[in-house]
Amino acid sequence: MGKNENSTCSHCDMQEVAPLPSEIIEFIEDCLKGERPESQLIAVLHKVQLHYGYLPRPILDDVAQRLQVPTSVVSGVASFYHFFRLTPKGKYTISVCMGTACFVKGADKILEAIESQLGIEIGETTGDGFFTLEQSRCLGVCALAPVMTINGKVYSRVTPTQIPEILNKLREESIAE
Amino acid sequence: MGNIYDQFLHLRDQQIQEITEQNKGAHCVIHIGSATCENAAGAERVRKEFEKLIRASGRDDILIKQTGCTGRCAREPIVGVFVSGQIPFKYEKVDVEKVQQIFHDHVLGGELVPSLILDKKTSMIYSHVVVFCGNNFVASDTNWPEVFEEILAECEIPSNSIKVYEADHMGFSPEVSDCKTARMMIMPGNITYAFTYRDELKKIVQSHILGGQTLSDMQIELDPMTKSYLSVYGDVSFFNKQTRLTLRHSGIIDPEDLADYLLHQGYESLAKALDGPSAQDVIDQVLASGLRGRGGGGYPTGQKWKNAITGNDDPIRYVICNADEGDPGAFMDRSALEGDPFSVIEGMTIGSYAIGATKGFIYIRAEYPLAIERCRIAIEKAKEAGLLGENILGSGHSFDIEIRLGAGAFVCGEETALLKSIEGERGQPILRPPYPTASGLWGHPTVINNVETWANIPVILLYGPEFFSCIGTEASKGTKVFALAGKVRNTGLVEVPMGTTLRDIVYDIGGGIPGGHALKAVQTGGPSGGFIHEKDLDLPVDYESLSAIGSIMGSGGMIVLDETDCMVSTAQFFLEFTQSESCGKCVPCREGTLRMLEILKRITSGNGVPEDLDKLERLGNLIKKTSLCGLGQSAPNPILSVLKNFREEFLVHIEEKRCPSHRCTQLIRYRIDPDKCTGCTLCARRCPVTCISGSPRNPHLIDQDKCVRCGECFNVCKFDAVTKI
Ligand SMILES: Cc1cc2nc3c(=O)[nH]c(=O)nc-3n(C[C@H](O)[C@H](O)[C@H](O)COP(=O)(O)O)c2cc1C
Ligand code: FES
Repeated sequence: MGKNENSTCSHCDMQEVAPLPSEIIEFIEDCLKGERPESQLIAVLHKVQLHYGYLPRPILDDVAQRLQVPTSVVSGVASFYHFFRLTPKGKYTISVCMGTACFVKGADKILEAIESQLGIEIGETTGDGFFTLEQSRCLGVCALAPVMTINGKVYSRVTPTQIPEILNKLREESIAE
Repeated sequence: MGNIYDQFLHLRDQQIQEITEQNKGAHCVIHIGSATCENAAGAERVRKEFEKLIRASGRDDILIKQTGCTGRCAREPIVGVFVSGQIPFKYEKVDVEKVQQIFHDHVLGGELVPSLILDKKTSMIYSHVVVFCGNNFVASDTNWPEVFEEILAECEIPSNSIKVYEADHMGFSPEVSDCKTARMMIMPGNITYAFTYRDELKKIVQSHILGGQTLSDMQIELDPMTKSYLSVYGDVSFFNKQTRLTLRHSGIIDPEDLADYLLHQGYESLAKALDGPSAQDVIDQVLASGLRGRGGGGYPTGQKWKNAITGNDDPIRYVICNADEGDPGAFMDRSALEGDPFSVIEGMTIGSYAIGATKGFIYIRAEYPLAIERCRIAIEKAKEAGLLGENILGSGHSFDIEIRLGAGAFVCGEETALLKSIEGERGQPILRPPYPTASGLWGHPTVINNVETWANIPVILLYGPEFFSCIGTEASKGTKVFALAGKVRNTGLVEVPMGTTLRDIVYDIGGGIPGGHALKAVQTGGPSGGFIHEKDLDLPVDYESLSAIGSIMGSGGMIVLDETDCMVSTAQFFLEFTQSESCGKCVPCREGTLRMLEILKRITSGNGVPEDLDKLERLGNLIKKTSLCGLGQSAPNPILSVLKNFREEFLVHIEEKRCPSHRCTQLIRYRIDPDKCTGCTLCARRCPVTCISGSPRNPHLIDQDKCVRCGECFNVCKFDAVTKI
């Protein structure tokens, strides 16, 4: 635990992480009553991520202890799967579809445009905490390609020239709030 | 049939009572697609609007039914209007405003809204729609639709009052087993007839169409699967050119309603299996059907099941549904689970009985929340009804299914990695053999099958292995679902008999290439597959012929590329994907794909040398031979197939430092045409590196050494003076 408290990760330092909510603790306890509780690790991590938006380090240690799984296994699993994030997300999560159909229709150019506009790469969050950039694989709306989602809202047939406008608008809206 | 079947019939009667009553009194049923793709296109708003209008109208005989995705993605949201006793109509790209019109004009007023009809094929109301079907089961040379038109003329019926369609592959009839009898369905009423001679067809026209009298002695029952499908979609060419076995219920039934599933022969197969002679008999039927795994490998499913019970007497066995769907351009499994989860669950339950498993898992991507939710609902409802859980239908067989979520790792679709992931570990594959059927989940015999494979099981048991094996080719039986996307008009899901040619899929069903472009290649098998050259389009699609030309059947991704696509950069796209998804356990895959990618990046940035091609080939073949699992063993396929089928494109990139389709950013040169340039200075002002010079009202010039190829000048020029070379 000590290591985490001294960690240089600005996000973890700044915000005290709230303790595990009781639903998740109960879920883990139910797992322990059933067969092979250790196999539910991924399910537990999904719940943690849903609650916090990412997987905070101290919570991973807590999960390890409660589920009686070595911390090394928990962080091994948490870092193996792309779906899990170890850092918090920005206010807006931009997810560019990099599925084949979207790529064929120029999704790589959309990604480049966002990267250059925001100065971040996939998986990163802007310094002001506004935007997190992610990629997804085929949202199943290939007919509308290329597509991206911002906090779940679908933007279809996007062109690189629309990007500055879309992002600036979100920023303005957010400042106005 | 014995006790178990009787118990099933009793249960079914109870379950469907309510829904049958409801449907009986309905004046109109409105079908609204409800699936991830439909919702992204706005289906939820459409549904709310219909609900509002129905409430406001005070009518209780207008029902809304949610259905899964029909696979017609380019036209969503799709709304079907089924007024009782009338020909059904489907509307496309419906939005809130159009809902108002459809509701007032059609649902309440009985007047069609022609401008909104799916495919815009209908510009007037026909008195009848006639679908000729089942040609595939009929050994006749007669072109019945043509004969039909002749007869119409003889009877002086204007041919534009009747719309004729053909649905070759559908229309199996358990009643007529001889192969001379042709079949047809007439709407409204969905009356089906069988006939062999011209006279008989004429009689049908005279009595039914002219006289309005049903000819009961010539009437037959089509198999319910075909009938329910054609009665909803028989009048849409996109659909009646397909053969829907796996997706037989998608877009037809309410995926969250067990009663609706039961109404469409749901769980009949399970009841038959449990009531049948033995579990071995079920395996024999699956073996005889010739069904092969739809997850990509194509291993015979019956054989896999047999392997799980031979050579061991382990009391604990597992069945698993692989719904990890890793191919980044494919969504067959998602759509199947969203549209018809009960079929998969029924298939798994049958499989569990066959191999003696009491526990099953659906391993599904966390990125598919709606599919997960639908599976969860289906499992719950099946359990409540006693079709899942302890002592199913009093047979003594117990089986339970648990959903396990993936977490975004492509390699977890590989079966041994999937097992690790269910066990709660990092999804890293292990060496086979032992295969999972010998030592799988926690060391017990385990059968892992793909979503589509499971969804086919009830069809085989319902209609018999002979029916299934008469569809398809010698070595590949049944149908395959493809997610058709890229440069094709009708993107979406298509299900065709094995052996259909790529040309038929792309042009007949897919509607060809938009924008007047020419087809260049078709990619199948996603990151594990390859690129098929235009000249090979007439090859039948089956496991063997696709591998013979350097691609694979894969799980069903099918991407159409036209001449504006660059094969080198598209191949690089796939390699970037597999490289980033490599689990890192074995060196050939981890290091090899990285080196291949470096070479490719060199080529697409203009630094390639001729020796690179040999290096790519050698490295690719080495990785294929020495990687631990299927991910590495197939990762070089896209590159190798481009090397084989489109080598000249590689050469242009290397020797001329040019990308003929202007996709590789670094190889594009922008040039200003002095004749077209008006000297408006816009490009010079927008250029981020100020590499454009020229005075106002005089032609401008780009400094190629300073240009970063961002394309801004090309995008902003109002006079088309900037060109790519
Ligand atoms: C890298 C890799 C990814 C795979 N992804 C999937 C997948 O997403 N879905 C699937 O059903 N099979 C996938 N497979 C194939 C499975 O390993 C396995 O063969 C299949 O699930 C067996 O089912 P079937 O016999 O019904 O096809 C993948 C294989 C490899 C090597
Ligand atoms: S590839 Fe982007 S939605 Fe399918």
